[in-house]
Amino acid sequence: MNQTKQIPHNLPEDHAQKLAQIEAVIAKYEAKPSNLIMVLHAAQGIYGYLPYVVQKFVADKMIMAVSEVSGVVTFYSFFSTKPKGKHTILVCMGTACYVRGGKKLVEGLQKHLNVDVADTTEDGKFTLSIARCIGACGLAPALMVDDTVFKSVNPKRLESVLSKY
Amino acid sequence: MIQLTINNKKISVEPGTTILEAAKQNGINIPTLCYMEGVHKFGSCRICSVEVVGARTLQVACMAEVRDGMVVYTNSKKVLKARKVLYQLMLSDHSKNCLSCNRNQSCELQQLGETLGVMETRFDTGSAREQIDISPSITRDLSKCILCRRCVTVCKGVQGVGILDAQNRGFDSLIAPAMDHSINDAKCAFCGQCTVVCPVGALKETDHITRVWEAINNSEKRVIFQPAPAVRVALGEMFGYPVGTSVTGKMAAAIRELGVDDVFDTNWAADLTILEEGTEFLGRAIDVLSGKKAVLPLITSCSPGWIKYIESYYPQLTPNLSTCKSPHMMLGVMTKTYYAEKIKFEPEKIYTVSIMPCTAKKFEISREEMENRGIRNVDAVLTTRELGQMIKQAGIDFRNLAEGLFDDPLGQSTGAADIFGVTGGVMEAAIRTVYAIITGRELPFDNLHVTPIVGLDQIKDATLKFENVLPEYKMFEGFEVKIAVTSGLAGAKILMDQIVAGTSPYHFIEVMGCPSGCICGGGQPRSDDPDVRMKRLKAMYSEDEAKTLRQSHHNPSISAVYKDYLGKPCGHLSHELLHTHYFDRSKDNEE
Repeated sequence: MNQTKQIPHNLPEDHAQKLAQIEAVIAKYEAKPSNLIMVLHAAQGIYGYLPYVVQKFVADKMIMAVSEVSGVVTFYSFFSTKPKGKHTILVCMGTACYVRGGKKLVEGLQKHLNVDVADTTEDGKFTLSIARCIGACGLAPALMVDDTVFKSVNPKRLESVLSKY
Repeated sequence: MIQLTINNKKISVEPGTTILEAAKQNGINIPTLCYMEGVHKFGSCRICSVEVVGARTLQVACMAEVRDGMVVYTNSKKVLKARKVLYQLMLSDHSKNCLSCNRNQSCELQQLGETLGVMETRFDTGSAREQIDISPSITRDLSKCILCRRCVTVCKGVQGVGILDAQNRGFDSLIAPAMDHSINDAKCAFCGQCTVVCPVGALKETDHITRVWEAINNSEKRVIFQPAPAVRVALGEMFGYPVGTSVTGKMAAAIRELGVDDVFDTNWAADLTILEEGTEFLGRAIDVLSGKKAVLPLITSCSPGWIKYIESYYPQLTPNLSTCKSPHMMLGVMTKTYYAEKIKFEPEKIYTVSIMPCTAKKFEISREEMENRGIRNVDAVLTTRELGQMIKQAGIDFRNLAEGLFDDPLGQSTGAADIFGVTGGVMEAAIRTVYAIITGRELPFDNLHVTPIVGLDQIKDATLKFENVLPEYKMFEGFEVKIAVTSGLAGAKILMDQIVAGTSPYHFIEVMGCPSGCICGGGQPRSDDPDVRMKRLKAMYSEDEAKTLRQSHHNPSISAVYKDYLGKPCGHLSHELLHTHYFDRSKDNEE
């Protein structure tokens, strides 16, 4: 009970450097709790994602409870607590894409990549996520890989889409 | 004054009043669930919705302030229907195991259903949350949580700790530590204030009733109970007595009827604590006054929630803590050493149970260092609520019990021990004894009370000057001792920040982890009486004033235990048995 466990966390090599950058952002926002979302946005940009250690760092520097920071991080789907893969696949699940088979694309990708939504493949290559609408309803069903939009995707075509990466 | 109409009744109230308050002042009852007067005004449950003529939607009465000319209906068809739907939505993912829930018949959600006249479950989505999280002190059952956020308010707002908050969104929302870690991995002080305010069975103390019944039913065990000071002024509430009724005698009798072998009193050890802690303070003060190094202010160590908090958040200040174990731990170790030797009984077969107004004490007994000679100091901790439950389970007619007495030799106590249960009490008890030791005279105050530190303020302080001291304490002549008292961890934080900054003017600080002290601890019966704090406080001081002996050093059985067994306060054996050490728990172990 009396000995605290070691934190088993694979910190990136430039962990300290990144935290210093985040600290500078917090200073820019004067550590005001009302600026938390902006700080977290910037922190995710710097660190890539927002693991517990980063949330704790932000909470301590902004003199807030880490439960409150975590509450904000887990509320917004923009924030991720897991590292992202090299490429992010974003399947549109907006109304138009959904009725034209968006769900089948998600299922196909889950099977093909062997991951759940919001997870990253074991080799760290792809992160699978979904969006409520990417504003490309005329191209339904659509998905994006990083910044490229693929239109009218048939589940059978998924393999050839992924093979480009 | 603001003029408005509620249910066709013309009323006038102060500006800034909410609709809920205005209605209440005029005899109109609006049902509420998440609302807690003066503490939690959040509008999360929306049960207090009312119709305001001209408003687009129903308004939440606990949040909406009155306006001139407002026309409000609190019981229109629209309102009653909306409340039912809101309630049914709350039930949609709520556990339906009401009959086997710890809060059956004392559940605010259940009571509300009756008030609203809800007779059917319209929606059933199954449970959105299934987690059960058991820590040494607190058990969370998220299938019963209704997301009212009262616990968040007491943890973050009142106590200033912030272990619990809302995580995730929508159907996945839950009230939890960061990243849904277990409460044991978060730096929770285990004060248990969340268990007092939870309206349902989602937050409660971790059960020790089962193991205590097992011990009582084990004929090899000699079971010893000891209730804390604050238990006697609150237990009666569970048996229909008005808030603030002392039930010391009936409590002792009820404990005996449970089948317990010895009924001792934590108060006895509170007197012992004063001798140890008072001596410790004198030692440190003498060192400082004679130019030697010693750590001051000395901070009291009776409140295990406070101890876990300082170890987690101010580990650099643990040298300021008194090394005294808390009173029930002292009594525990004495049952298994002094008392076992006296009655020639194997200490391994003694099973000591503490009845505490506290949830943190459950964690405290699990601390590795809380054992001597290979035997745990205390074996189980029941909260006041759990003792009440056991008395009910055993079918004891509490109200008609004859007054009982505590057993000798660890049952006798002075009035100074009673006030250990209320903020300011430990300090007053210590001052009564320290003053007498230094000057040879009784504390020259009305009724022995140190008035500036009596009461419910968050931080109280006082200065006491020593004059005409005894020759052996001549270094204290003219010395002004500065004392401070706080209850609740938010107040403790203020005083600790002063010490860290080097601006603390105090020599001696009393901290109790719960606001108002143990009388309103995390293990006490839940009360909806707005004056519960003051009523229990008065009951504690009445217990003190009703005693003939009111200063710890006058307790004859304490004198006897020093003479026969311990030697002298802070002596070698005292150090082995009655004192402890602290840990740095500031490192995060949430991952």
